This record gives sequence, structure tokens and C-alpha cells, in this order.
Amino acid sequence: MSEQEKISQYSSPEALVTTEWLTENLDNVTVVESNEDILLYDTGHIPGAVKLDWHTELNDQVRRDYLDGEHFAKLMRSKGISRDDTIVLYGDKSNWWAAYAFWVFKLFGHEDVRLLDGGRMKWIAEGRELTTEKPTRAEGLYPEVVRKDDEIRAFRDDIAKHQPSPIIDIRSPQEYTGERLHMPDYPNEGAARAGHIPSAKNVPWGKLVQEDGSFKALEELRTILFEETGSDPKDKFITYCRIGERSSLTWFALKYLVGVKDVRNYDGSWTEWGNLVGVPIAQGEAPGVFA
Amino acid sequence: MSAIEIVEEFGLMPDSDKLQLLLEYSENLPEVPAKYGENPELMERVEECQAPVFIAVEGDANAVELYFSAPREAPTTRGFASVLHAALNGKTAKEITELDDDFPGKLGLEKLISPLRVRGMRGMLFRIKRKTKELLDS
Repeated sequence: MSEQEKISQYSSPEALVTTEWLTENLDNVTVVESNEDILLYDTGHIPGAVKLDWHTELNDQVRRDYLDGEHFAKLMRSKGISRDDTIVLYGDKSNWWAAYAFWVFKLFGHEDVRLLDGGRMKWIAEGRELTTEKPTRAEGLYPEVVRKDDEIRAFRDDIAKHQPSPIIDIRSPQEYTGERLHMPDYPNEGAARAGHIPSAKNVPWGKLVQEDGSFKALEELRTILFEETGSDPKDKFITYCRIGERSSLTWFALKYLVGVKDVRNYDGSWTEWGNLVGVPIAQGEAPGVFA
Repeated sequence: MSAIEIVEEFGLMPDSDKLQLLLEYSENLPEVPAKYGENPELMERVEECQAPVFIAVEGDANAVELYFSAPREAPTTRGFASVLHAALNGKTAKEITELDDDFPGKLGLEKLISPLRVRGMRGMLFRIKRKTKELLDS
């Protein structure tokens, strides 16, 4: 099966592009690189790509929240991005941060956003062109739009209301079971308690991607996300991880690849839930019961 | 170079050049000796960093040798490692254990890079200090 055939099977094939497609269409799209590592773009990037940093640019720097409509519009204009641009996002680490940025673009209802299948790693592995030259772009045309959280973002109070619909914890098995406790002189990851949200099924994000960083084919994804979790494509889903970045990738796969209508990313994730007072937590391999 | 000189070096830079300086540091991180290159399990993983970075501490109380291994695709982590190498390699155990715990914060990068990322560098420093103490005890 060719890469294009694989993509054409997904529920929203327009949301994912191949490296080959991007090479041919570089002049017609706005390429945006979003990485875990803030210096990576400067070591070389896809020609014409704009750098977007999730930590320092998409987040409000005071509240734990994303930008509001006014500041998002300002950011887009300064990057030379317009509301009707076709945006292709890519990044390091199998697109974790690119998927995160994708999700934020969707919070603002940007219509045409796509992910580069396989991200930065696949592009480089295929020996495709990189440059250190930064593009100069004219200021973009971007109106102020109200950020819409309801459809694709879950908050802590939504977790209890969501029961008994499926919750997917995409962290490593050690993080999920709670066995990964910090040892003396080993600072922990910023949560007071270890374990998972009761009822959540563990589907480590890496199960969804192949070795080259691109997504697995539809049938495999359906098996992993539905059969193995005992859920149904018609269910409503919530995904979470530690701060919401890796789970954006699973959110993307659920919504655009296997066609779940209602799926939200809980960006508070374990760094919120694992610090909340009085909420239920399960430890061990069993999902447990939310009570 | 000393830790104080490095803090001054970063402090004199305008914000826009600080990331460039860190990138230069990342390009100058020395390669690890072959024994570590072939056996990364001899080194200790820094869990606080999202990139796979490993450290090793050798030598004695008079001159501590530091080794760092981090992938090219993680230049920020390499930059942090290289800054710590420049500040601490070859120094005495006392100088290392007494270095200000807030050295990473003093570089003025938290606003540019985000505190979460700088925390990875704190993790590295924390582990270097602990391993230096272990070296003295052994």
C-alpha cells in the first residue's frame, strides 16, 4: 500500500499529507514547524517553514492557559499567517508538538490545517531539503476570533461527567500504573501522586506510529483504539497525558484518522489531576472504577 | 571558563542573541569517549529532560571529569550539557558541589525557553552534584 493509499483510507484524509505531497506543494501552503526542542528549527528546517513555539508563543505566559483571540491574531499576523492559509504543521518527536499546535489552531477554528505524516524525522530520513534561511513574510491577515474550548478541550470537571465513556491515557505503562516513583535525589515530574484517572485505558501514544514516525494504517489504528480498549467509534472520547502534548497526537488520530466525532483533549492532564485534592486515582495495570 | 563568567557572557547578550549563543554551545559539546559511546548504559539517564541525555562523572576530588551524551536532534539539551561542561569540567569536587543550584536560572533563559525546559538543566546539575558526592564517598 502506498503512503497516499494509506492516507486515503482515513476518515479525514485531507488532514494528513505525505512528505512527497509537501515537496510538490511547498509554494502553495504555509509550512509551520513546532518542536519540543526550541533550537531545532535554527539547525535546519523545511524551506519556507515558519517557526512556532508552543511554550513561549501559544501559551499565556501568566495563566496556565492558551492565548486569547486577540493575542492569537497578533501572533498569526506577525508570523505572516492569514486566516485562509493552508497550514501544514510538522515537528520533532513524531509530531507531538506539531499535533499540539494543530489542536490549538482548531481551538481558534482555523479551517485548513494539516499534519505532515512522519514529521521532521521522516523528512530528514528521506534526505529532503533543509535550510537555515529564515523566510521573510509580509504581515498576515488574521481577524480576532473567540477561542472555542467546548468541542475539543476537556477540563477537570468534565472528567466525572464523562463517565462511563472512554478515557485514553497515552502515557508510558510505568506512568500509568504509578510504579514510576521518584527516588531520593531524583526530582519527580511535577505531580504529587502517581497513577491514572480511574477507568482510563492505557494506549501509549507510540503504538499509533510506525518506526519512521508516520501513522499506522487505518485497520491497525482501529484495532488499537477501539478493539483493544473495548470502545466503539460512536463513543465520546477524552485523551490525556502529562501536559497534553503527546495526547494531542492521539486526539488527532481519533478525530481525523479513525473518525470519532466527539473527542476532547484534557490538557490539564496528569500535572493537574495528579495534584488535585480529593480526586480518585487508580494504581496498577487495571483501569479501575471511577467513584 | 568559570560558571560566573558564563553567567556574565549570557547576561551581556541581548535576549535575541541568547538562543544563538546556546546553539553555539550545543555545537561545541565534546563527543563522549568510545567506552561510553558503545555502552551508554554505563552512563546515567537524566529523566528530567525529555530528550535522551546521559551523564557520567569520573576523576577525583581535585579534578572531576564530566561526560554528556545527547542526540544532535536535541540541540537545547546539548546546549545545556555543553554549558555545564564548560562551567564544571576539570573543576574540584568542592567547586562543583558548591555551585549555586540556581545557576541554570541565572543564565536568563527561562523567559525565552520556558521554565519547563530549563528544569531539564536543573536536573542535569542536580545529578552531577549527586554523582560528584558519590565519587568522593567511593
